[in-house]
Amino acid sequence: MQLISCPWCGPREEAEYHYGGQAHVAYPHEVGALSDADWAHYLFFRDNPRGPFAERWVHAAGCRRWFNAVRDTGTHEILAVYRIGEPQPELGRQASR
Amino acid sequence: MTRLPTGGLIDRTTVLSFTFDGRPYAGHPGDTLASALLANGVHRVATSVNRGRPRGIMAAGVEEASALVQLEAPFPEPMLSATTIELYEGLVARGLPGRGTLADRPDPGRYDAMHVHCDVLVVGAGPAGLMAALTAARAGSRVALVDDQPMVGGSLLGTRGELSDWSASVLAELTSTPEVLVLSRTTAFGYYDDGFVLALQKRTDHLGAAAPDNAARQRIWRIRAKQVILATGAHERPVVFADNDRPGVMLAQAGRTYLNRYGVLAGNRIVVFTTNDSAYVAAVELAEAGAEVTVVDPRTDLAPFWAAECARVGIAVRPGHLVTGTTGEERVTGVHLAAYPSGGASATVHCDLLLVSGGWNPTVHLFSQAGGKLEYDAELGAFLPVAGLPGAGVLGAGVLGVRVSGAAAGAVSLADCLAGGAAEAVAALSDLGVAARPVASPPVGTDRVETAGLVLWAAPVEISLDGSDLSDTRFVDLQRDATVSDVLRATGAGLRSVEHVKRYTTIGTAHDQGKTSGLIASGITADALGVDIADLGTTTFRPPYTSVSFAALAGRDRGAIFDPVRVTAIHPWHIEHGAQFEDVGQWKRPLCYPRRTASGGLEDLPAVVARETRAARTGVAMMDGSTLGKINVQGVDAGEFLDRIYTNIISTLKPGFVRYAVMCGMDGMILDDGTVMRVADTEFVLTTTTGNAAKVLDWLEELAQTEWPDLRVHLTSVTEQWATIPVVGPLSRQVIAAVAPALDVSNEAFGFMTWRSAKIVGIEARICRISFSGELAYEVNVPSWYGIAVWQALFDAGQPYGITPYGTETMHVLRAEKGYPIIGQDTDGTVTPQDLGMSWVVSKKKLDFVGKRSFSRTENQRPDRKHLVGLLPVDRSVLLDEGAQVLADDDVSQLPVAMLGHVTSSYRSVALGGTFGLALVRSGRDRIGERLFAWQDGEVVPVTVTGPVLYDQEGARRDG
Ligand SMILES: [Zn+2]
Repeated sequence: MQLISCPWCGPREEAEYHYGGQAHVAYPHEVGALSDADWAHYLFFRDNPRGPFAERWVHAAGCRRWFNAVRDTGTHEILAVYRIGEPQPELGRQASR
Repeated sequence: MTRLPTGGLIDRTTVLSFTFDGRPYAGHPGDTLASALLANGVHRVATSVNRGRPRGIMAAGVEEASALVQLEAPFPEPMLSATTIELYEGLVARGLPGRGTLADRPDPGRYDAMHVHCDVLVVGAGPAGLMAALTAARAGSRVALVDDQPMVGGSLLGTRGELSDWSASVLAELTSTPEVLVLSRTTAFGYYDDGFVLALQKRTDHLGAAAPDNAARQRIWRIRAKQVILATGAHERPVVFADNDRPGVMLAQAGRTYLNRYGVLAGNRIVVFTTNDSAYVAAVELAEAGAEVTVVDPRTDLAPFWAAECARVGIAVRPGHLVTGTTGEERVTGVHLAAYPSGGASATVHCDLLLVSGGWNPTVHLFSQAGGKLEYDAELGAFLPVAGLPGAGVLGAGVLGVRVSGAAAGAVSLADCLAGGAAEAVAALSDLGVAARPVASPPVGTDRVETAGLVLWAAPVEISLDGSDLSDTRFVDLQRDATVSDVLRATGAGLRSVEHVKRYTTIGTAHDQGKTSGLIASGITADALGVDIADLGTTTFRPPYTSVSFAALAGRDRGAIFDPVRVTAIHPWHIEHGAQFEDVGQWKRPLCYPRRTASGGLEDLPAVVARETRAARTGVAMMDGSTLGKINVQGVDAGEFLDRIYTNIISTLKPGFVRYAVMCGMDGMILDDGTVMRVADTEFVLTTTTGNAAKVLDWLEELAQTEWPDLRVHLTSVTEQWATIPVVGPLSRQVIAAVAPALDVSNEAFGFMTWRSAKIVGIEARICRISFSGELAYEVNVPSWYGIAVWQALFDAGQPYGITPYGTETMHVLRAEKGYPIIGQDTDGTVTPQDLGMSWVVSKKKLDFVGKRSFSRTENQRPDRKHLVGLLPVDRSVLLDEGAQVLADDDVSQLPVAMLGHVTSSYRSVALGGTFGLALVRSGRDRIGERLFAWQDGEVVPVTVTGPVLYDQEGARRDG
């Protein structure tokens, strides 16, 4: 049971959270002008790196707020958490707070 | 008798009677079942699983691989080690042939869970653990100390009372220190992430039938620690030789423990076969207790201290020899010796107990589970923790860490264990920012280990090692009846990984999880492959460390409280009026309200539904719709928000009006549908499908927070806050008029898809003119608190009109007759509004909304998409199976046949004069009038395709 730090509540157990997939996938401008392929790419295609990955999480059984986290997909370590709208932090191995 | 007249940590003033394999015996408090059996001279306790060989007791703790028993009283429990069962009055047990039997009745025991947060968790209350806990406690830290035994001391319990006064004083100090929690009979069985350790406490097992009914029998402790110090000790490992599984073959330390802790001399003529110095103390103490002892040691350079001790107490020592086999059936009667390393049989020694020591395996399970690295130590012949785990994260002020001390870290001497425990605690506290000093170790005797041990996995023997010997009796894993030959067969088959060898041979997969056999299997595998065991490694240490019952894991979450049961405010009325219920998610919903028939029985479902639907179509009926999900949406941007969510326009809706609306995912597939009521300029109430309420709220929250954080909108679930009562049928207007006399119920004043406030029996109600049946209908919403009062008022007012309560089955028939789909039943996540024939609900004006772009994808434009249609069986008495495949052809002689779709809903209908169904069918709207076939029960059922609306196609009935 990992501890994940909600940027609003602090460290809470993993079971209180839901995962929300890759972060910073912007809704395309002028979707009507997109090709089917480009739209499908927005809908269905996500990165799958080994290593640090910016993801969306929601503190579902807590404050119900969405936030972003950078997680090392190789080790599961959460390297940083930050609120929606905040820029992705530089990854200087600074642990979550 | 093998119980000595004095000694041991047992209470001789109390006699406990117990039964084993049908025979009565006596023991004392402080005994385990194993020690009590040995005290009664019982060595054979079990039978091996595959080969039916007699098996005895080989250990004195959790590492026991042989003495598997089943408890029969007070409650049946299979697959327990005799060495871990504390004796109690009236215990009934029997030995197992490798398999037990589950109880045939529910477990009356209670189980629960507790959460603990601490600065330092110490696992193991032996010398190292006590020192660590004491150091941390004196520093003022919050400490938890867990230990699987009923008393502290760990390995000291197997000695002649060494440091017993000190252990007692440490325990006294710890238990009187605030913020220190000491848990005995508690096994830490798993390390999960970030300092999270699960432990199982056996709270009343040792009381037997005297256990209080109201006490939790076992408890799971969920411990979150900033720093974990593992002082889990080490398990002695045997050496493998022929017929090493006979009753009376035991680990050396176990023989010593039975002597010192339980006052049991397990044999009179004892051979101690050891490859290291640690077993000599057992030999000397057993000799001093009166046994005739022979020591067999393959080494020739014996430690002078032990040589002198053996001479002093009259022990015959056979250096340069090893044990290659045993004799005996029900119990060992002798051992075969051979010279080492030259080989060649030299002698047979008679004995009734054979004690074996091949060295020690540090108990590194939790450390390994935490991700700690292990490294092979060639001198000890064991894998040791490389170092403590560095902080893996930050919890509060301190760095999380896992440290290992004492024998678990490879310490051999008592002095090193004591000092190591204190040192690791100081280091852990330092990581927490606490300056601490190690507590002083109690004085102990000099270190006696003087000669390096010999690492030997199995005695070399003459039997062919080509792996073909099925009669091999050199058992590596006693519980699995797996032998050296089995390992060699695995390597001979080409397996090179210990993980593969484990699965091929099943070694290490029994209840004991290979505590004594795993490393030996690695060693034999390494030798067979000609590789270094340091490179080969061990199999993974997975939790749980010891068996944990499902009952303990479930705790209180079983039976009625396994999953919450949700009932509406009107539920008691439904029970009172004989409703039959169905589960809809967590909700209990009335399925129907069967009446007594003239013959005294109950109406069957078709009869009830016929009566209830007739009432709704020709008179008046009412149902409890409170489970409908309801979401209150407020904020100045609420209208804009809902425009983006729903496929149709919501912002133009005026207060006092209601709109049906559909929402899709980004992929254009229908997520849910419902009504939107505008309460005020900045307030709406949405309804959702009962089972989708939480999912829809989550989805809206996600969009509000992550896609459109600029919109000023707030969402709240109000499902529980409102009771919802549809009053349905041509006579419903009279009922509403009767309960709300101040309300103008005329169609002109209160039209379809509008809502009004009105008082019903003094309660402010919101009444909506919406219909899920096609009939004139009023949906009455009142705060839940008043739900049952308003329901009763409506029911009373409806009596003159024969108002009939109806359940979900009737609701389904009514809505299906009108072709209203149920999201999740008639759709499955691949269905668009257009597929349902509901293009009218998709706005052409809005620039964008969730899912809009997907509607124009080529895939979504295909003419052969599945459409929702009606199906009328040619034989209108045949009920289609929901889920039945729809075929174009009735020729199914050549399988497979093309499948056009499937039946999504199917009912008997009074209004339609027979059965009917809804279905998703490829190009369905282009097939109206065609003959298709449903495949069910191995037959083809001819059906006619129709539009989805089968009743009141003109919509003439909604205004009454
Ligand atoms: Zn939170």
